[in-house]
Amino acid sequence: MATLQLHNIVKRFEGTEVIKGVDLEVNDREFVVFVGPSGCGKSTLLRMIAGLENATSGDIMIDGKRINEVGPAERGLAMVFQSYALYPHMTVEDNMGFSLKLGGVSKEERQRKVREAAAILQLEPLLERKPKALSGGQRQRVAIGRAIVRNPSIFLFDEPLSNLDAALRVQMRIELARLHEELDATMIYVTHDQIEAMTMADKIVVLQGGVVEQVGSPMELYHHPRNRFVAGFIGSPKMNFLAVERVSASPTGVEVRLPGGETCTVPVDGSSLRDDALTLGIRPEHLQLEPEGPLSGRIEVIERLGGVTSLYVRMQDTLVTVSADGNVENRVGDTLRFGFDRACAHLFDAEDLALPSLARHPLAGLNRQDNRAPSVAGGQ
Amino acid sequence: MTTLKTKQAIPAEGHLATTPASEARARHTPLVPSAGARRVWLTLLGWGIALLIFFPILWMVLTGFKSEAEAIADPSLIFTPTLESYVAVQARADYFKFALNSVVVAFGSTLLALAIAIPSAYAMAFLPTRRTKGTLLWMLSTKMLPPVGVLVPIYLIFRDFGLLDTRTGLIIVYTLMNLPIVVWMLYTFFKDLPRDILEAGRMDGASTFQEVVYLLLPLTLPGIASTGLLSVILSWNEAFWSLNLTSSNAAPLTAYIASFSSPEGLFWAKLSAASTMAIAPILVFGWLTQKQMVRGLTFGAVK
Ligand SMILES: Nc1ncnc2c1ncn2[C@@H]1O[C@H](COP(=O)(O)OP(=O)(O)OP(=O)(O)O)[C@@H](O)[C@H]1O
Ligand SMILES: [Mg+2]
Repeated sequence: MATLQLHNIVKRFEGTEVIKGVDLEVNDREFVVFVGPSGCGKSTLLRMIAGLENATSGDIMIDGKRINEVGPAERGLAMVFQSYALYPHMTVEDNMGFSLKLGGVSKEERQRKVREAAAILQLEPLLERKPKALSGGQRQRVAIGRAIVRNPSIFLFDEPLSNLDAALRVQMRIELARLHEELDATMIYVTHDQIEAMTMADKIVVLQGGVVEQVGSPMELYHHPRNRFVAGFIGSPKMNFLAVERVSASPTGVEVRLPGGETCTVPVDGSSLRDDALTLGIRPEHLQLEPEGPLSGRIEVIERLGGVTSLYVRMQDTLVTVSADGNVENRVGDTLRFGFDRACAHLFDAEDLALPSLARHPLAGLNRQDNRAPSVAGGQ
Repeated sequence: MTTLKTKQAIPAEGHLATTPASEARARHTPLVPSAGARRVWLTLLGWGIALLIFFPILWMVLTGFKSEAEAIADPSLIFTPTLESYVAVQARADYFKFALNSVVVAFGSTLLALAIAIPSAYAMAFLPTRRTKGTLLWMLSTKMLPPVGVLVPIYLIFRDFGLLDTRTGLIIVYTLMNLPIVVWMLYTFFKDLPRDILEAGRMDGASTFQEVVYLLLPLTLPGIASTGLLSVILSWNEAFWSLNLTSSNAAPLTAYIASFSSPEGLFWAKLSAASTMAIAPILVFGWLTQKQMVRGLTFGAVK
């Protein structure tokens, strides 16, 4: 039960500015994911919220109260570390009950609460073990259990799944989503994995170089990225970027010349467009094989995943990824033509900012909770 | 070098490419001695070095059981052991009084040094500043100053504060003497502890003191123990300060040994007997704790 606000947070390490003025609003019971490339400041931001690091300037507010000067324990938050950071010399039970012990909670009460949390995470059979006798996934669950026992107002996670193998990661991802519903708590989650961000978040905060690039629901970021960085970062495989030339621009569309010489009109607002050299962004899944299509290229690499086949196609000087049907029969060396849905294409100006699309995608306002009740979906 | 020559000796390049495995085998078998032989050599070498280091001590112990006449005679391993030197030594000075001083001073200074060094090392390891490294090096560099250089000032200070020939005085000097090493060692042990663990403790509501008591100390206990053991041994063996700052009341075993060397000339057997008694406790102590010592000293290396 808590909200969090960040106002113009700046963090400097010995003169280097690492966080450059971050503003953020986290609502009650929201699952917020910080995502961005390595070194962009995600952990630093999270650690400042946790109180493990001081903000150089700016305000951190929980439930409307400034807490910059409040110690980490008194903030009522719990953190799950990437390394799990379990206490190696204590049993699972003692690990989970450590905060209660420090808080002077009686032994019986402590045991009851630990067992309660252990039940949620299926940790009961492991309570007597030491961390080194646990698998990675079990350690992870103990670390989460330790957080649950504190009954925090906000959970903080710093890349909690990055040390697990792929299968376990998927399983823990689902478990965390379930936990979020069960505990009804506010959660802030750091990852550099955009799939984790897309699947778990109500709200994604894309960071780069200590600056927030965009905040929005997963579908919002996917369909309406604010700039080229977000467009390239969200979505897998990555969005293709083609250098195009402006032919004409109007409030109802921008006509551009494609690398092959053909022209097409993208339905974006070009009323304030001044640049001539633009970038067209098309996601691999929005490109189709089309005999009369405006783009053409030669296949250089084929990756077959069964359901989907990724074609890497050379179009002039760019290598374009196409997610094609699993059953395409083409071979390396084939020259093909491709088409794309104009409404799914993105156009970026010379500053790499996206031109606003004319129509909002029907799912852009959808958030994860809406998935539960189909009647709400469609959010227009 | 040898492998290179063999390789050049192989004439046709074609052969080289066809059977690389057999060629490699042919090249290596005669050159590398078998693991068994290697082990025997290493063991012999180890014993040799150990014996060389231990020999003076062994000789001293043997001499202690000789009569004065045998002790200055031509070195010989064959003699009739006698306790007369031990009896004579004990008749002249009360061994147990000196031994008690040694114990009190060695352990007292070690505890004091740890009490000061643990917080210092904590601060340096977990809250470093730009000057931490420099401070550490500076502390260590004070060990390079010859102690005699500060003998006069310390002597005068001790005289004015009434610390001459007191255990407290020796404890203070030994603490100061060992502090740089103790801080340095603890610093390296603490530095090896993942920060996350302490931060998790802080998130769990631990005060700095609780963090140290519940997390840091139990997790670095092997390191702390071996640091303490080293400090005890260094204090036990220290002679310069104990000879200069004590006379009778607080004199530890080093002073006890020294008292047998000067006045009436050298009595080798008695001197050896006294020395044997002086080093016996620390030798036994070291023997009992050697596992701990080694474990602590390799703490960081094997993790
Ligand atoms: N204690 C520190 N002193 C100096 N610079 C630091 C410190 N901690 C972090 N930085 C710098 O701040 C920047 C952001 O670091 P941070 O750990 O927040 O990145 P991140 O987004 O979490 O990256 P990753 O995905 O690799 O964990 C990095 O350039 C890092 O070098
Ligand atoms: Mg990080």
